[in-house]
Amino acid sequence: MSEFGAGAELPGWVTESRSRGEFFSPEESHAAAPAGFLQELPSYRSVLRRRAAAGDVQERWGNLRGIASAERREPQPDGGERGAIPLWELPFSIAEKRDLQQGDIKYSSGWNHWKRTSSKSWKKALKDIKELSSYMQLWRHDIHSIEGKFGTGIQSYFSFLRFLVLLNFLMFILMFSFVTLPAVISNYGIFNSSSTKISPNNTEPYCTVYTPSGNKGLVYFYTYLKDLLTGTGFLEVTVLFYGYYTIDAAWFSVLRYNLPLAYLLTTFAYLALSFVWIIKRSVERFRQHLVHDEDQFQSYCNKVFAGWDFCITDLNAARLKHRSLLYELQTNLEEERLKQKIAERTMKEKLRIYSLRIFINIIVIAVLSGCFYSIYRATVFSQENSSVSIRRNVMIANLLVQYLPSIVITSANFIAPQIFSFLIAFEDYSAAFEIRLTLIRCVFVRLANVGVLLFSLWSQIHCDNDQCKACGYDYELYPCWESAVGQEMYKLLIFDFMIIIAMTLFVDFPRKLLVTYCSWKLVQWWGLQEFGISDNVLEIIYGQTICWIGTFFSPLLPAIATIKYFIIFYIKKISLIHTRKPASRPIRASSSNFFFLAVLLIGLILAFVPLGVSIALISSSKACGPFRNFNTSWAIVPYTILEFPIGLQKFLYGIASEAFAVPFFVIACLFMFYFIALAGAHKRVVEQLREQLVTESRDKLFLLEKLSEAQKNSGKPQKARVDFFWLLEPLDKGR
Amino acid sequence: MGGSSSLLPQEALGEYQELTFLNKQEILLAYKRFSELLPREQRENACSVRVPKSQILTLPELRPSPSRQANPFQHRICHVFSTSEDGDDSMSFEDFLDMLSVFSDAATSDIKSRYAFRIFDFDDDGVLDGKDLEKLVNCLTGQGEEARLSSIEMEQLIRNVLEESDIDKDGTINLSEFQHVISRSPDFVSSFKIVL
Repeated sequence: MSEFGAGAELPGWVTESRSRGEFFSPEESHAAAPAGFLQELPSYRSVLRRRAAAGDVQERWGNLRGIASAERREPQPDGGERGAIPLWELPFSIAEKRDLQQGDIKYSSGWNHWKRTSSKSWKKALKDIKELSSYMQLWRHDIHSIEGKFGTGIQSYFSFLRFLVLLNFLMFILMFSFVTLPAVISNYGIFNSSSTKISPNNTEPYCTVYTPSGNKGLVYFYTYLKDLLTGTGFLEVTVLFYGYYTIDAAWFSVLRYNLPLAYLLTTFAYLALSFVWIIKRSVERFRQHLVHDEDQFQSYCNKVFAGWDFCITDLNAARLKHRSLLYELQTNLEEERLKQKIAERTMKEKLRIYSLRIFINIIVIAVLSGCFYSIYRATVFSQENSSVSIRRNVMIANLLVQYLPSIVITSANFIAPQIFSFLIAFEDYSAAFEIRLTLIRCVFVRLANVGVLLFSLWSQIHCDNDQCKACGYDYELYPCWESAVGQEMYKLLIFDFMIIIAMTLFVDFPRKLLVTYCSWKLVQWWGLQEFGISDNVLEIIYGQTICWIGTFFSPLLPAIATIKYFIIFYIKKISLIHTRKPASRPIRASSSNFFFLAVLLIGLILAFVPLGVSIALISSSKACGPFRNFNTSWAIVPYTILEFPIGLQKFLYGIASEAFAVPFFVIACLFMFYFIALAGAHKRVVEQLREQLVTESRDKLFLLEKLSEAQKNSGKPQKARVDFFWLLEPLDKGR
Repeated sequence: MGGSSSLLPQEALGEYQELTFLNKQEILLAYKRFSELLPREQRENACSVRVPKSQILTLPELRPSPSRQANPFQHRICHVFSTSEDGDDSMSFEDFLDMLSVFSDAATSDIKSRYAFRIFDFDDDGVLDGKDLEKLVNCLTGQGEEARLSSIEMEQLIRNVLEESDIDKDGTINLSEFQHVISRSPDFVSSFKIVL
């Protein structure tokens, strides 16, 4: 095993005062010739033997490197044992790999040769498939060029956008194929299909009156435009909204397609799909980093070793990167020094700071309540004034009233973050925490605004007089309340889209023109706007939450969202290249990715709540939609279960009962505690091993010093070696 | 790609595909870019010619300019990947492919960390000590006096880095420690990338 000793390159032994943590793995370095006896240490040999037996890849490479560089032409009996490591994964230059390949071919037996060529072609096939699938990725070239110019931080935003486009597209396909297509086919009687509408029983007749005001007779052209923008009029009776699907069953020849059940199940399916895909995507990125409890993103090693984006090709971008790295390192070092200072604060100072923080948090809560109240009032106003049948001529005023909730929400989403970033300066947190807290507050504002909107809509739909109670909702104003909610979501989505386009066209480009051609000091100091990643991401997550909530009420909403995000990609890309300057604060791709996915997940979970309430608690409208004959939308599930065979029914009831749920919950908790305990134990073991490594290396250092002293003094190296090897043996046993 | 694809022999293409992480398109693109660096008369023999370091550094991925550089590690990259016996850091086409292979998307994190270690090891002694780290940080923050950390800050930074990564507390980082700390660094794989 030590035949390659002469050729292998061991790390250089410089002086006695230095030692290595891992003395014995051959490394590819051009070091000074090692002291010969060290290769004969039994620990070295046993490590090599053990690693070779276990097929340790690293050791093999070391061996092979030694062989390749030193003794290329000699017979290599070990060549055939290289096994299944593909050539391209070896850390040698092409010439050396070619030699290894020749060596393999020359000296391997028939069986090994066949095994190797088959595994090689298999790996090559896998590689080709991966290559092909990467070609089919959307926008591969665009995102790559953005990465080259602006670094991986901004590129992560565009990858996130691409992910959302695909997610929405899939949701659209799901809803379209299981809900829209059967409904359309059976309504038009294609392929021998028909639909049945069962008139509802057990309800008051006035609950079932629904006359959507599709445009009849001559109307002005602008009415069509208004309808397009607000989802009323001719759009209300199309496939876009819930009201169209007033079908109880669709018949294709003799097959019965239960459309209501399909509607509900597809809703659950797209929610589950989004949930699973988001979790899968976030787990992929963070599989290895769950053990260590240090903060991965803030560690200095991460900043120093992975700090430079090698894909940057633009000189300006490189300059900016240098600056941002310098800034980041300086800020972090300063924060560390600040922590010292904070620890030394006096009691009086602490009291002052805490009371200041409490005061500012109260202001924040006041701002939030202000936003919520204004959204509530705006929604109530808008609903009251637009549900009256308006045929006035003042179209603009009409549109404004319809869009009032969207306008208020968008302004709140814009103003509140500015207020928060202004306030946080007074709270005296460390820079990193400041950023995080502002972000959390902005996220909360955006998502809570949607919740308040839905709450105010629901308060409108709900009514208290006796006649209403029979229907369960306000039948006069909202004969088909799901369509009304769908229209509100549709308006929000369209308005959001229009605002993004308007901001780019009417704010960014003029600003760029102004900064380029006007040389006033003030204008130059104002400068171009930075590409704020978190703001942009929160914008699109807000849109996505609307889409998730709205798809139940308006099945084609994902299609609109797909087109919207598709166009936004190009708008943002053009805006980035031409009118923005990159952020001066450094953005790390990994922490950004984690942040985006975490907020997206929060948005999804938030979307579960109003959907759950609408499906399970609020009575479905009796005048339209697939759930006319049921009390609530959820009621169709128990109804369907009743039609199953008795055995299956009993089984399903059993699962849903407490007798099953409570033990299941207890067992789940037990498993969770077990894994937490296991993780804690592993962490402790890792710490102990680290300490042991440190002490062992200190021992070895001490012994090496003694050894070289002994060699120098005694002049009888053999004897000294034997003595010290006896000392070294017990250390080996620990391996 | 044009006519250059006919100049790269098919079996060489297949061989390079086997020996690197690159796929066919990437190898052909690399060949085209590499032959553009050569003077016209040497283009047919692109496979066997060595290109001096100054030429290599005109590639945008590695370009310097009089006062600024796009990639501060260009000299180290040329040095590490060059297999020239004269020590002049000139690169042949195969060295160029090697470099692209290690920096490609498909390369394993293990390979990347090994080569990153060699690139960061400025004095080529097989370990990263304080001086290597200092040069590394200076490369990161840029050229020029105002773009450097003060000596106190540099000391503090190096102390922190060693504290995080030096497991055996010997004041240097060897390959295994480096690979260990890189495996916990979430940004490394995405930033250690060059795609033509």
